Amino acid sequence: MAWKTLTYSGWGRMKQATGPVARPERVSSLARALEDRPGPAIGNCRSYGDACLANDAPAIQTTRLDRILGFDEETGILEAEAGLRVGEIARIFAPKGWLPAVMPGTGFATVGGCIANDVHGKNHHSVGSFGQHVVELTLMQGGVPKTVTPKKKNTKLFEATIGGLGQTGVIASAKLQLLACKGDVMMVTERRIDGFDEFIAALDASNSPYSVGWIDATARGDDLGRGILEEGETGYGLVPAKKSSKSVPFDAPGFTLSAPIVKAFNTAYFRRVPAAGRTLVKPIQDFFFPLDRIHDWNRLYGKAGFIQFQCVVPPDKAEALKTILKEIAKAGLASPLAVLKRMGPGRAGLMSFPMEGYTLAVDFKNTGLAKSLIGRLEQMTADAEGRVYLAKDATLNAKHMPQMYPELPKFVAYVNKLDPDGAFETDLTRRLQIRSAS
Amino acid sequence: MSDSWIILGATSSMAKAFARAVSDRGERVFLAGRDMADLEAMASDCLFRGAAVAEAVKFDARDSAGFGAIVERVRKEDGLINVAVFVGSMPPQDAIDTDPTLIQGVVTDSHTGPATFLQMIAPEIEARGGGTVVGVGSVAGDRGRIGNYVYGSAKAGFHTYLSGLRNRLTRSGGHVVTVKPGFVDTAMTWDIEGMFLVAPPENVARDILRAVEKKTDVLYTPFFWRIIMGIIKTIPERIFKKMSV
Repeated sequence: MAWKTLTYSGWGRMKQATGPVARPERVSSLARALEDRPGPAIGNCRSYGDACLANDAPAIQTTRLDRILGFDEETGILEAEAGLRVGEIARIFAPKGWLPAVMPGTGFATVGGCIANDVHGKNHHSVGSFGQHVVELTLMQGGVPKTVTPKKKNTKLFEATIGGLGQTGVIASAKLQLLACKGDVMMVTERRIDGFDEFIAALDASNSPYSVGWIDATARGDDLGRGILEEGETGYGLVPAKKSSKSVPFDAPGFTLSAPIVKAFNTAYFRRVPAAGRTLVKPIQDFFFPLDRIHDWNRLYGKAGFIQFQCVVPPDKAEALKTILKEIAKAGLASPLAVLKRMGPGRAGLMSFPMEGYTLAVDFKNTGLAKSLIGRLEQMTADAEGRVYLAKDATLNAKHMPQMYPELPKFVAYVNKLDPDGAFETDLTRRLQIRSAS
Repeated sequence: MSDSWIILGATSSMAKAFARAVSDRGERVFLAGRDMADLEAMASDCLFRGAAVAEAVKFDARDSAGFGAIVERVRKEDGLINVAVFVGSMPPQDAIDTDPTLIQGVVTDSHTGPATFLQMIAPEIEARGGGTVVGVGSVAGDRGRIGNYVYGSAKAGFHTYLSGLRNRLTRSGGHVVTVKPGFVDTAMTWDIEGMFLVAPPENVARDILRAVEKKTDVLYTPFFWRIIMGIIKTIPERIFKKMSV
C-alpha cells in the first residue's frame, strides 16, 4: 500500500498534523492499508480542530471510497461507501424524492465523518442525529470487514462507533435510512428576531421541520441576541439556476474580519431581511450548505486559522446561554458566523454531542484573546451542565470531559478492549486523554 | 437514445470520474477490469448516477482470450459504441533495471493489450458509422526520460497506434481522441515525490468529455502540459541526454 507523508489540518486550520497517509481507492486496498499500518480513518477533514488529525501516526483517508452501493426505492435505504459526501447524496437523490435524513452545515462532510461525529442538522429537533438513521455499517479494524447493526448482538459496538471519533476502527460503508422529501427546493421563511429571549421563545414555538437561527454575536445591550430565524420545509417547483461557486484564492489579510467590519456586516445582514419577514424559494444546497458556494472560505481568517466554539446547554439553562453570549459580545471578537438552534434529545452513540436544549456556535479568528475567551466559555458551559462539540473543538481542557460526556468511562472500557494498542487514536483523543479516562 | 461506453481499466480514479460523467448523461457503461468485486461497486454507483445500463465485465490486458466476450456483449446494444482506454502500468524504473523482463508487462498493459482490443472492436465502430475511442496515453510518451523511459516508450507506441486508428476510423465517421494527461492525483501518483501541478481526476474527465464532443485529436490535460511538453520536445538531443527532467 502506498503511503505519503502529508501535512494536513482540520477545517479551522489552527492545528496541523504530519504523518503517513494512505488513500485507498478500493475496498481491497483499504484492507491492505489496515493490515500494513492500522490507523484512524480521516475523510474530507471538515471537522474543525484535531478530530481528523493523527500527528506522527498513520491515517487512512477514505475520500476515494465514495461509491453508491445500493438504493431501495421502496424503503429509501441507501448503501454507500464511507467517503461519499453528504452533498452528493442530496444532489443525486433529492430529485428522486429522498434526502439524507440529517445534513450538517457542509455538504463536503463524508458519510464516515458524519457517523464518527454523530452530526446533527437543522432538523435535529424533529428527526434526531445522523447516527439514528444508520441501519447498518461495515467496520474494519484489520483486513476483515465486520457488519454492525444497532440490534441486540452488536449494540455495544454500534453505540461506540456512532459518534465514536473513529476509535472502533475504519468505517468502510454504511446503510442509511433516507428521508422522503417533496423535491429539491426549500420554502424558507426568514424573520428578524430582536433579542435573545425572543429568539428562545421563537425557537420553542417553531414547528417547522427545519429551523436555524443566525445570531449577531457582536450586538450588545438591548440588541443582545438579535438575529434571523430561518424556518424551512422541502417543496417542489422550478429550481432557480445554480450560481457558480467562488473560491478564496489566498489567505486574507488580518483586517478582513476585524471588529468594525464584522459589526457593519452583521448590521447589514440583519437588515437584509425586511422587518415584516419574507418567504423565499431556494435550491436545497443554498439552504443546507450556504457556505459551500465559497470554496476555501476558511482562508478568510488568514494564516493562523480560526476556532469554532460550539456548545449545547439543557432547556432550563437558557439564561446561562445568554450569559455566554453576553461574554462573547463583550469581548467583541466574534465573526459573522454564529448560529443558535433548538436541539431535541436525539443521539445514537455513547459519545454523541446532541442533548435536548439549545446549541450555540460561534467562529473566532485564532488569537490569544480568543483562546482565553473560549476557555472561559468552556467553563461556563460546564457550569451549565452543557457540553462542547468535539467535531469543532481544538481547545477544550481535558478536565471537563468526564462531566460533559458522562458515558465516557463505558466508552473507554469498551474501546480499549477492542483496540488495546491505541492504533485508532487521533490528536483529539490524545489531547483530551480520552483513552486513558476512567 | 443511449450510446454505449466500454471503459477499460474502469477502477482507476480517472476512469471512475469519466464513467460517472457519462453515466450522468444517461449512457450505457460497460466497466472492464480485473477486480470484479470493485467493478460491481462501480457499476452500482454508475447506475444510481443515471446510467441506462451499467455492467461489470472482465478485462485483463494480458489475456486477450477474454476480449471477444466483451465485444459480443456490447454488440447486442443499439446506438454507437465508444471505448475509453485507461489501462497501463508503471513499475518504478529501477525495478525494471533490476528485472528487465518486467518490460513485457508494461508494454502489454499500456500498449499492445488495449491495441489488440481496439483492433477487435474497430470493425463494429465502422459498421455503425460512428463512435469515439478515447485513448489515455501520457506526456511521458512524448520523450524518453531517464526516470521512466520504459513506460514512456510503451505509451509512445500507443500514441502512434491511436493516430493510425484515427486515420482509419475517420473514414467511416468514427473518431479517436488521444489524451495526454500530465500529473493527475491518482493511486499511481499518490506516493511519488516531487509531483507538482497535480490535477484532480474529475477535471481530467471533464476535459476528456469536452474533447469527445469537439472531436479533438490530441488533448493535453491540464492544457498547460501542451506548452511544457512543447518546450521539452524542442530541447536538442545532445543537450537533453545530459539532463534529468
